[in-house]
Amino acid sequence: MSAHSAAVTQEHEDDHAHGHHHKETFVTKYIFSQDHKMIAKQYLITGVFVMGIIGILMSLLMRMQIAWPEKPNVLFEALLGKWAPDGVMDADIYLALVTIHGTLMVFFVLTAGLSGTFSNLLIPLQIGARDMASGFLNMVSYWLFFLSCVIMISSFFVEFGPAAAGWTVYPPLSALPMAQPGSGMGMTLWLVSMAIFIASSLLGSLNYIVTVINLRTKGMSMTRLPLTIWAFFVTAIIGVISFPVLLSAALLLIMDRSFGTSFFLSDIFIQGEVLHYQGGSPVLYEHLFWFLGHPEVYIVLLPALGITSEIIATNARKPIFGYRAMVMSILAIAFLSTIVWGHHMFISGMNPFLGSVFTFTTLLIAIPSGVKAFNYITTLWKGNLQMNPAMLFSIGLVSTFITGGLTGIILGDSALDINVHDTYFVVAHFHLVMGISALYGVFAGVYHWFPKMFGRMMNKNLGYLHFWITAIAAYGVFFPMHFIGMAGLPRRYYTNSNFPLFDDTTNTQAVITMFALVGGLIQLVFLYNFFYSIYYGKKAVQNPWKSNTLEWTTPVKHLHGNWPGKIPFVYRWPYDYSKPGHELDFVPQNVPLKEDEEELQH
Amino acid sequence: MTGLLTFIIVIFVAVAIWQMVKIFDLSQVGKTDDGSIATDKDNRINGYLMMGFLVFIYAITIISFYYLGDLPLIGNSASEHGADVDSLMIISMIVIFTTQIFTQFLLHYFAFKYRGEKGKKALFYADNNTLEAVWTFIPVVVLSGLIIYGLFTWTDIMNVDTSEEDPMVVELYAQQFNWKARYAGEDNVLGLANVRLIDIDKANILGLDEADPNAQDDIITTELHLPVGKPVLFKMRSQDVLHSAYMPHFRAQMNCVPGMITQFSFTPTVTTEEMRQNPDIVEKVANINAIRKENSEEIIEKGQEVFYEFDYLLLCNKICGKSHYNMQMKIIVETQEEYDAWIKEQKLFKNSLVQAE
Repeated sequence: MSAHSAAVTQEHEDDHAHGHHHKETFVTKYIFSQDHKMIAKQYLITGVFVMGIIGILMSLLMRMQIAWPEKPNVLFEALLGKWAPDGVMDADIYLALVTIHGTLMVFFVLTAGLSGTFSNLLIPLQIGARDMASGFLNMVSYWLFFLSCVIMISSFFVEFGPAAAGWTVYPPLSALPMAQPGSGMGMTLWLVSMAIFIASSLLGSLNYIVTVINLRTKGMSMTRLPLTIWAFFVTAIIGVISFPVLLSAALLLIMDRSFGTSFFLSDIFIQGEVLHYQGGSPVLYEHLFWFLGHPEVYIVLLPALGITSEIIATNARKPIFGYRAMVMSILAIAFLSTIVWGHHMFISGMNPFLGSVFTFTTLLIAIPSGVKAFNYITTLWKGNLQMNPAMLFSIGLVSTFITGGLTGIILGDSALDINVHDTYFVVAHFHLVMGISALYGVFAGVYHWFPKMFGRMMNKNLGYLHFWITAIAAYGVFFPMHFIGMAGLPRRYYTNSNFPLFDDTTNTQAVITMFALVGGLIQLVFLYNFFYSIYYGKKAVQNPWKSNTLEWTTPVKHLHGNWPGKIPFVYRWPYDYSKPGHELDFVPQNVPLKEDEEELQH
Repeated sequence: MTGLLTFIIVIFVAVAIWQMVKIFDLSQVGKTDDGSIATDKDNRINGYLMMGFLVFIYAITIISFYYLGDLPLIGNSASEHGADVDSLMIISMIVIFTTQIFTQFLLHYFAFKYRGEKGKKALFYADNNTLEAVWTFIPVVVLSGLIIYGLFTWTDIMNVDTSEEDPMVVELYAQQFNWKARYAGEDNVLGLANVRLIDIDKANILGLDEADPNAQDDIITTELHLPVGKPVLFKMRSQDVLHSAYMPHFRAQMNCVPGMITQFSFTPTVTTEEMRQNPDIVEKVANINAIRKENSEEIIEKGQEVFYEFDYLLLCNKICGKSHYNMQMKIIVETQEEYDAWIKEQKLFKNSLVQAE
């Protein structure tokens, strides 16, 4: 390795701007930082840790209510206060938990937290750039995100509670304060928070796109990009295409709520009076929402798949199998993801013919997804697998991606969707395929790039404990859930014991909640491991996983501009692991091809 | 219950701490292991755990089928198109489980088989077009089959042919948090209606046009009675927020959207009485009754009947507010004669109005 890298620091012409040091204060270094590595850490702490802990805690509260409905609980009393009189959770706050849990996990944790952390950290480091194209916009993006977090959380402290219309906030429920208490101030805050969030996300995405297109180092052609970068790049493109549509939906909804317009409302009689709204349609809102909402699934999932591609190749000590096919799959998934939104609306009242079209496009997504799954499996075949915690989470992701993805074949089929739509079957499906899978992507990424972020190593044994218990709990929660969903049990019910039809699902619900509690508690081990290792972890070496990508050619100690000297050039793709003709089982990208060495790859 | 819960939590935390301590101890042994990068021993242990996890996945599948296999609504559908939906479901499930069992095996077995060892070198194997073509082509074929079958089933269900079948027209009317049914009466035509015409003082609660001749013989009820074997065309309406009319036993669902009328049609094929005799349902009901007997004190306290008898239900399946979880209506499928006798007893719309002062 050292022989390699010494030979590598090649000449580079345009380095003059980065030689001199700026004077840094605490504020510019840790708070209003424009350094992509610091912004990545800010996203990690705010998005994944703060919002993630709140989001997961909410899910545990819901699970306890479902398993032991209307039973007093000290946790409810302590955490929900006036919304849990005598410790019994109120039905309105249950719906608020459902709503905010969904919003936090999908947008704040798995969009901002995942993309924000790893796109920021890895795009400049892996393509060989000093920083993002615009460090300033990057900083603005983070602080807008922070502001939207504050507003979203503050909605818990308004008089009638936060938004409670489900994370999709379909009007009229979300539009009419008299329809439910959460549709008052809470919903206003939700919409404002999301509008700011979208602005933040767009700034971030544009930055990622421009950086990948313009700032690649010499030799880093698009076909030599690590799959992480491909995934982040395409994710950012989907975000730029679809988030503005959600913004328009949010703006129109704000107008319906505050200025008396009728974009989504018509013919409503509520609490003894007829409202003036006429001519709008909630179905229009559903179209606008899901035009973002479905691509959003892939905005969440693609970065996780990119991260695992990289980690699996590194730890298998093998090139990722079918690099070109992987890139094509990412592109195909991205394209298809924008034309399948209607599968959330088969029974919304839209024309059944549209349902047929969306069934067709939806089931097509199974093809690139299948290619990816098989390529992962083939990458493991005849590898020399290093079972680091990041590798375990990556394999775990492939497992839940398969299990959760397969049930998509049922839900994507309009005829079958009729009877499982909005049941626990859906809950089980999307939690496995995008929730758990994307979380595994986050965990894998944190374990793998922790040494890059903090210059220290995490404890692997705690990592193993974390993975295996999480993996068992995840299946324990979501596998049986398919069965109660197929029994016809609707989701978002505060209690299922108000009539006898579903009494035979109660025991299963209790078992699921047990698994969920164990799964939630074991995250404490991860938290401990993370924060302990920041300060007391073993000091990291420069390239602890013996990886090929450029981020491991930077010094352990962070410095503004990433590389102390010249930016390294790139001579090969990032997956030359165990390449015949080389002594070591990895050849970093900045090592020139040997004479008579073929660049055989893809 | 809170006590039990706290107890369980404490136990798990204790177990976690104990595990952690033990692992810390173990990690102190061996000088080469610095506790951060996987060694051969880690690879071996985790490789075996991968196989263990594969067994766990298979086990949880089998256990779920064993204990929960009776839950899914497959077979015993109570509508004509239900049988088609169920067989499509079964075929899809076979495809899914075959793929699941096969791919999970490959994934975990490879993770075990090729666990790392010092000195071993992985195979440099970056590409194989034939292989990739194979696993693109197989899903294409299988999915084409599923798509075509699914689309035919979907079109059959959703295309309502009013000219040939002459279905009975029934309106399902949703409001926070209950359902009303409106029968079209002798003329089988629903009278015009709009929420702007609601007049609570006159008891015109669904907003029927009092001047419309078609509305006069409409019948509004709080229970849904359907004659067996007769096609029904449901017209859905909502007065306030989105609701969804979900009739799981009939494999039927459609949203109720304020400002528009949606529709769904099916033919009920099994009467409530017959369904109660069905051996599967008998078993299910007995099971539920056993559970309810155990919890009878609580159930009585809540003011519910302990004894459960099977009934079809119409459930709300779109989040609609505080009492969403309790928005349901009983559906009774009966013979034509029983239905005729019942409908005769209901009030016609024109007779149900209260004369305003």
